[in-house]
Order: sequence, then C-alpha cells, then structure tokens
Amino acid sequence: MFKEIFDTYSREEVKQSILAKTSIDVLLALQREKRTLEDFKALISPAAAPHLEQMAQLSHNLTQKRFGKTIQMYVPLYLSNECQNICTYCAFSYDNKIKRKTLSDEEILREVAVIKEMGYDHVLLVTGEANQTVGVDYLKHAIQLIKPYFSLISIEVQPLDQAEYEILLGEGLNTVLVYQETYHKENYKIHHPKGKKSNFDYRLETPDRLGQAGVHKIGLGVLIGLEDWRVDCFFTALHLDYLEKTHWQTKYSISFPRLRPIELGNAEASAMKSFAEFMTDKELVQLICAYRIFNEEVELSLSTRESEKFRNHAIKLGITSISAGSKTNPGGYAVEPQSLEQFEISDERTPKEIANMIMQQGYEVVWKDWDKVLSM
Amino acid sequence: MKKELIIAGKIFHSRLFTGTGKFSSSKLMEEALLASGSELVTVALKRVNIEKENDDILNHLSHAQFSLLPNTSGVRNAKEAIFAAQLAREALETNWLKLEIHPDPKYLLPDPIETLRAAEELVKLGFIVLPYMHADPVLCKRLEEVGVAAVMPLGSVIGSNKGIRTQDFLEIIIEQSKVPVVVDAGLGAPSHAAAAMEMGADAVLVNTAIAVSQNPVQMAIAFKMAVEAGRMAFEAKLAQPKNFAEASSPLTSFLED
Repeated sequence: MFKEIFDTYSREEVKQSILAKTSIDVLLALQREKRTLEDFKALISPAAAPHLEQMAQLSHNLTQKRFGKTIQMYVPLYLSNECQNICTYCAFSYDNKIKRKTLSDEEILREVAVIKEMGYDHVLLVTGEANQTVGVDYLKHAIQLIKPYFSLISIEVQPLDQAEYEILLGEGLNTVLVYQETYHKENYKIHHPKGKKSNFDYRLETPDRLGQAGVHKIGLGVLIGLEDWRVDCFFTALHLDYLEKTHWQTKYSISFPRLRPIELGNAEASAMKSFAEFMTDKELVQLICAYRIFNEEVELSLSTRESEKFRNHAIKLGITSISAGSKTNPGGYAVEPQSLEQFEISDERTPKEIANMIMQQGYEVVWKDWDKVLSM
Repeated sequence: MKKELIIAGKIFHSRLFTGTGKFSSSKLMEEALLASGSELVTVALKRVNIEKENDDILNHLSHAQFSLLPNTSGVRNAKEAIFAAQLAREALETNWLKLEIHPDPKYLLPDPIETLRAAEELVKLGFIVLPYMHADPVLCKRLEEVGVAAVMPLGSVIGSNKGIRTQDFLEIIIEQSKVPVVVDAGLGAPSHAAAAMEMGADAVLVNTAIAVSQNPVQMAIAFKMAVEAGRMAFEAKLAQPKNFAEASSPLTSFLED
C-alpha cells in the first residue's frame, strides 16, 4: 500500500529539497532521457521559472509524440449535491445551507439527452458523499441507466471499498477520479473536519483499492489552493510513480484544479468565498510541463475552472483532455439550470466553440476513445 | 522484377502499412494515407463508432485503395480480444484483424501469453490474424503454428521513434518465419523503414512518424519511397559489409600453384 511509502517522507524535508534545487538541476533534468522524482522536484522548483519556454517546448513535443495531435473531450454530469462531509472549500459542504438535490431516473435521462446533443460520448458522473441516498446501489443503477448512451463512463464520488468498485466495474465503469485534495496529513483534518472524508488514510489508499479491483484508469490530483502546491504535487508524482509500478495494468491521469470562488447559502444575501491566489498562471504552466516531462504517458486533464485565455494556450502545452460546457450543479443541463453550482465555471464556452478552438490550433477533437465492447 | 507481397491470399502492391491515430484531422489522415500508397490501414475499434452510420474516421477511409485492418487496442486479455474481434468483424465487415493485447498502458507492450491464446482461438473462428508481438523468434514460430497470417514484431517501443532496436531478434524472425514479417512500432524515420526492408522484412507499419510530422503528406511520401528503396535493395541482394580485404589469399594461394 502507498501509505507505507508515504509515511517514510517528511513534508518539511521534501519542501526544503525542492527549494534547494538550482538552475543546473533543472537543465540536467531537461537533458535526461528519463526523469526521476528528483528531476521532478527540480522542474517544479522556483529555479525552473527562467526555463519555462524550454520546458513548454519539450512538453509540447513529448505530448504530441505520445498522444498525437489530439485532445479528448469529456463532460461532468452531477447526479447529487447531498453530502455528509464538511469540506471548507466546497459549496456542497454539509454545513452550507443550500437546497439539496439527487436526480431521479427521469431527470438523469433528461440531462443525458442534453449532453448527447452537445456531442459527448465520455461522461463523468459526480456526486457528494451521502451513503443513504447516493451509495453504491444508486451509482450502480445510474451506470446501468446511462450505459446505452456513452462509450466511456467515469465517476468522481466518495472513496469506496474494493468490492464496491468491483460491482461498478462489472456494470461498465471505466475510470475513477479520486483526488487526495492535499497530502498534508495534519492540515487535511482542518480542511475536512467532519464526515467519512476526514479519514486521510482511507482516501490515500483508495487508488490501491482501485488498482486491486482492476479499474482501467485512475485520476489523481490535489486541490491547488489548500496547501503548498509544490509539495502536494511532488506527493502526487510520488503516488503516480508507485501506482504505475504496483498496478501496472491501470492507466493514470492527473488534474490540477485551482480552487474557484464558491457561493455560500448561509448568509442572508448570497455571499461568495474566495481563495487566496496560491498559484499563478505561470506556475500552473510550469506544473503542467513538469508533469509531462516527468511522465510522458500520463494523461493531463484541464477543466472549465480555468479561463478562456489559459485554456486556449494550454492545448499545446501538454494537456490531453478537456471538458467544456460543464454544469457543476445536479440538473444543471436541463432539469434545474439555475440551482447552486459546486464552484463557479470560468470558461463558459459551449463544447462546439471549444472544439472549434481546438481544431483551429491544428488538433483533432476526440469524442470517442473507448468502446464498451472492450471491457465486456 | 519486383515481387508482390501476399498475405492470406491477398496481393499488396505497397509494403507500407499505416495507422490512423494521432493525426490532427481525419481529412489530413486521408490525404497522408492516400499519398503513402498504403493498402492496409489499421483502425482502433475504440476510436470508431460502429453503431453510427457516418463515422468520421471510416468515412475518410472509404477508398478502394484501402483495406481495413481493425485492431483490438484497449483489451487486456485474450477473452476481451476475442469478444472485440467478433464485433469488429461484424461492424467493419472484414475478418482481418490486428491482434493487439497490451495490458500495460504505459509502454503498450504486447502480452505474449494472452496474444498466443487469442490468436489460436481467433484463427479457429475464421479470422485472418496479424498479431502485434515482441521480437521473439520462438513466439513467432508458436504463432505461426496456430495459423496466423503474418507476424508483426516490434522494432522498438511503440510511438518511440527510436527505430530498430530489436535487430538481432528480427533477423532471426525474418530468417525462420514462413509467414510474412511486418515490422511494427518504433519506426521514426524513413531510414528506419528502409533498414527494416533491407533486412528482409516483408512490410512495415508506420503511424506516429507520419501523423505527428509537421507535414504528414510529405512524410508519408518519404516513407513510401524509403520502403520501396529498402525492398528494391533487398531484392537486388545487398552487398554485405566486410571487415577485411579480399585482395590476396596468403593462406590458400598455394592451392592454385
């Protein structure tokens, strides 16, 4: 289990070793044919900032070699905002007094119709953590319900047990995204004070359970804005490195969501909660390139949290999949378009507009890269 | 007189087989593949929409020049491969199949055990099987024995553009094989393809090097020419490189006295 490796690391030592990297370390990392975790530290270090253009060009070339001139499209489908957890950065947090909603069959199919009209064939199902209403049975049923309409189904829900994942995989689930949020074990408790989610170790070992269950793809990541992004992203890379060697039949993707403003339902008038600028655009570019240069095969995904301008330019930097037209509220596509979103979308362009933007940059838009028959 | 390549009774005038992934558009893929002269193009089942009438990729491949070679990319074992193959045969109306079983999604290296199992079963089911495999001469013979139509050993890691890194083993495969040998994967430059053909490979399969090039049409033509040149050189019997001079025979000249 990854925990055994993780527990041997000191966060402070990792931080100091990243900050100690020099320009020479960065250049050596760039010149190597294969990069180590130490090289990754150099690539995310402040010392790499002057080498950003060189990193970007390398990342661009490596990405095209592996993935070709293609970008994959996916869309989230929020099924429920019911949640028993308190997460200090999330609008669906248990203590945020908002209207709760879990989609019925009929509502799910209405949402699906809109998503299909947009052109999507890969869908990401999202819920909060509420085992009474949106437990494994609900998810299993939802997958059975939407299976005829999509080639690839992913989920981003609460961590489950291995046997529960096996049930969902048997129904045709392909990919599971489960972000650690932060690898800062002590502060994890501060960000997640209540609910099942407050169990750091259970979450940390989720990718291991997924690998044992035989999932096709696991999505890793941390929320950028909670803790020092450099240290958290180093641990993401360490986790990836471990998982690739341990669960070698599984594919991996990484996301790097920067926290977005959320709306609070508690205040008399609606109020917004913002997060300090933990990471600049320049640093996000550095991180994307560093992930790619460190690992040529990992998929890198970018959501509508980022701005139009940033996403336009990110296409060539190393990203391999992108969402568009996303709604982060259950029912957001057709049933209740006005309800409260999990976070504010930054890039509001339609999938068609995004597809055109991608094509104009000389990339093919890939809507389908899986087939149900491959896992039957 | 150039010899034609025959696989499972089908004559190929071009010894350049091509892939269809990684292109910046289906239109450009079509142009490049037409220019390459390729007559056998492999298509990933996972990329095409077999339920839809007008699939974009398939539309761009509907030319008399091209025969489709569906591949099973994405499957992890023999069971999944056999299932996918049967659907591909039905949907794409061909019993030709590029059998790809690579459970390792990082390097996409073929699983020899599952590949042999699936090949045996698929041949029995009437498929014309072209398995993607390691440059393993014994595996090649085993696959031949179960009735595959050709073997497709890798030149180097797929998509790596590193050229022929498995030369010693490819030479043995080419020497021993009774079925056509198609060097697949890793050919990053026309010179790599030419080298494979000079060695005596019956054909090569190229994708990344053409698709990711700045000018895929021009690169396709370059590969076409390289494959033709390599084959012509092989048929004309290449001079063997020598490490010694042959001007005189000090040890055996007494025999002529």
